[in-house]
Amino acid sequence: MASPARQADRATPRPPTPEPPLYAPRTKVYPRAVSGKWRRIKWATLVVLLGLYYVVPWLRWDRGPGAPSQAILIDLDHRRGWFFDVVIWPQEVYFVTGFLILGAFGLFFASSLFGRVWCGFTCPQTVWTDLFMWVERMIEGDRNERMRLDRQPMSAGKAIRKTLKHTAWLAIAAATGGAWVFYYVDAPTTLVKIFRGEASMEVYAFVGLFTATTYVLAGWAREQVCTYMCPWPRFQAAMLDEQSVIVTYQKWRGEPRGKHKAGDSWDGRGDCIDCNLCVAVCPTGIDIRDGQQIECIGCGLCIDACTQTMEKVGRPTGLIRWDTLAAQQAKEARSAPVPWRPVRPRTLLYAGLLTVVAAIMLVTFALRADTELTVQRDRNPNFVRLSNGDIRNSYAVKVLNKRRTPRQVHLAIDGLPSAQLGFVGADVEGSGATATLNVQPDTVGTFRVFVTVPASAAPSGSKPITFTVRDEAGSGRASHDAVFVGPGR
Amino acid sequence: MPTKIEKDTLSGQNTTGHEWDGVKELNTPLPTWWVYTFYATIAFAVVYCALYPSWPWLTGHTQGLLGYSSRAELRQELSAQAKERAGFVDRIRAASLADIRKDPELFNFAMAGGRSAFQTNCMQCHGAGGGGSTGFPNLVDDDWIWGGSIDQIYATIEHGIRNSDDKSRQSMMPRFGVDGLLTGAQVAAVTDYVLSLSGKAKATPEGAKIFEEQCVACHKAGGKGDQELGAPNLSDGIWLYGGSRDAIYRSIFYARNGSMPAWSGRLDEATMKMLAVYVHSLGGAR
Repeated sequence: MASPARQADRATPRPPTPEPPLYAPRTKVYPRAVSGKWRRIKWATLVVLLGLYYVVPWLRWDRGPGAPSQAILIDLDHRRGWFFDVVIWPQEVYFVTGFLILGAFGLFFASSLFGRVWCGFTCPQTVWTDLFMWVERMIEGDRNERMRLDRQPMSAGKAIRKTLKHTAWLAIAAATGGAWVFYYVDAPTTLVKIFRGEASMEVYAFVGLFTATTYVLAGWAREQVCTYMCPWPRFQAAMLDEQSVIVTYQKWRGEPRGKHKAGDSWDGRGDCIDCNLCVAVCPTGIDIRDGQQIECIGCGLCIDACTQTMEKVGRPTGLIRWDTLAAQQAKEARSAPVPWRPVRPRTLLYAGLLTVVAAIMLVTFALRADTELTVQRDRNPNFVRLSNGDIRNSYAVKVLNKRRTPRQVHLAIDGLPSAQLGFVGADVEGSGATATLNVQPDTVGTFRVFVTVPASAAPSGSKPITFTVRDEAGSGRASHDAVFVGPGR
Repeated sequence: MPTKIEKDTLSGQNTTGHEWDGVKELNTPLPTWWVYTFYATIAFAVVYCALYPSWPWLTGHTQGLLGYSSRAELRQELSAQAKERAGFVDRIRAASLADIRKDPELFNFAMAGGRSAFQTNCMQCHGAGGGGSTGFPNLVDDDWIWGGSIDQIYATIEHGIRNSDDKSRQSMMPRFGVDGLLTGAQVAAVTDYVLSLSGKAKATPEGAKIFEEQCVACHKAGGKGDQELGAPNLSDGIWLYGGSRDAIYRSIFYARNGSMPAWSGRLDEATMKMLAVYVHSLGGAR
């Protein structure tokens, strides 16, 4: 049995230490409808961007027989990217890298000038969330009605509205997912196949995936994507400075805030009448009057809200407005106004890098070869001794013809004077030191080439040689380094 | 000896009620989610056993309600694949070997199919690249024992060499030394003569005379060989069993009669045709 002393010790109560929760509970945001200049700009952006997204796969482009007629198509099956008259091969995927770099610098550039303008206006998360919120508002009403509806116990009317909303969301999400796959497969034929149940599993899987992500991210997650999931707000602080134009509350003018009745004097108080409209319209549910915050996506809807209120109470608009931090501080200190300086080292650097990367890509694109050659030597066996003593190496020669016409190219080798070429296959003519290879349009022609030298001329060990192809007109030319291996010393 | 269950003040959990010399045991049950996952796996196993083959029995195993068998599934996949390729395979079967080589599309298909069949059936002896090794001919060079035309290669693949197939390529080199046809000294003399054909030794009149009497019938004058009889060319630089004096001596003394299986019973006609095209393309084409 336990000793009484230990029992007592064990029983000594300790103060309980409540553990803080690991996750903050989500406060559901019910953004209120607002109208105004920035709302109109956001609607216009939304229409243009969604229009582009849904329409682009349907653009047709005649490339002649044997090639897809879709203007923009990333054909993973055949490993080609079709962009109007430009065809990108897998070897040229660095153009994609280039566009990603351009996108990154473009984002930095825009951020250093105008803050999170990408987040507020053009980010897909913002655009689709805006669309989903509009649908929600059409079905469930504005902020107050939605809050009331959510507080109500379940009823037939509530169930109908909720079902209607989620059905509409899922329909939009499915259209989004559907449009996504059209960038990778022929749009008109695939659309028919999808509805007939004839499309491939991949197509259904990706439509399903993007339907699910659109529905969840734009319908349910919304501002949480920006606040918790997206890395961009985390490092935007490095892109912004006191000269970046961001959404600001003019504290020097607005404070002290307080309710205002018509006819009251405006002396000794700020212009902010604490109507809370800027908070109600905010899609991320923050109060812009608390200053710049990580949750603010810079959409400018609070500007529209405040402008409405200021016009109603007859005070100058612009209490919440686009402004720089430097100008804010100057106004706060009642010192000379600080003008906006869009040209500063940071923006110059970003603009310079943008120009350089764009220039490199343009030059690369302009000089891009439509003929390429790769040569791979057979290493098993390393070399072959023929019955008359000659030494022979064999090579897999691949000629890339990026043109849409069949080509004839002449193959020759340098660095092995007495070499004789031999071939296997029906697409080759010629013998001796050169040969003519026939390459089909838009394909990689593969040829087996034998290079034979007399025993007396065979190198001891390996000897560098160069394969060259050029076409009749001389406009396409490519070479590839290889080695010829002879018996060791 | 369970006594009474108490609440532990420190952890806030119940004890099991067991106590040994004042030491009590906390009751820390498995997490609920774990327990239910465990139950779910048991349920899954029961359903699985009912649906799929599972329990071994003395003479076999339970078949399961779905009648599934991995062998049947493989058969299905193979026949689906054969169906997919049927178009090309039928064309290969119908075309002559020469025609296959002239049609780039058929040629490419035959090369791919031939390479794959070679890696499965031939590389064990002839090497992954067809380079061969001692006793197993090099298929990449231009020296052919039974002929290097594509039709000859096809015939060799189809019927093999020195096996029980009716149309197998047949010939036999006598065991000159073992069977006492020649003495050791005579074998040595003819070895020198054979080496002299490629300029590697000085021939003696005796060696020349023995070669004339014993070897010329198959290996022909000057040791040029005869592909009809599978008698190798002895005057070139290529030696199937080694070109050293010792190796040639052994070849004459013990004789060499390598064999190759007939593939007609194991591979279908189209596969053998593709193999012939592939082997012919390795470089020895005549």
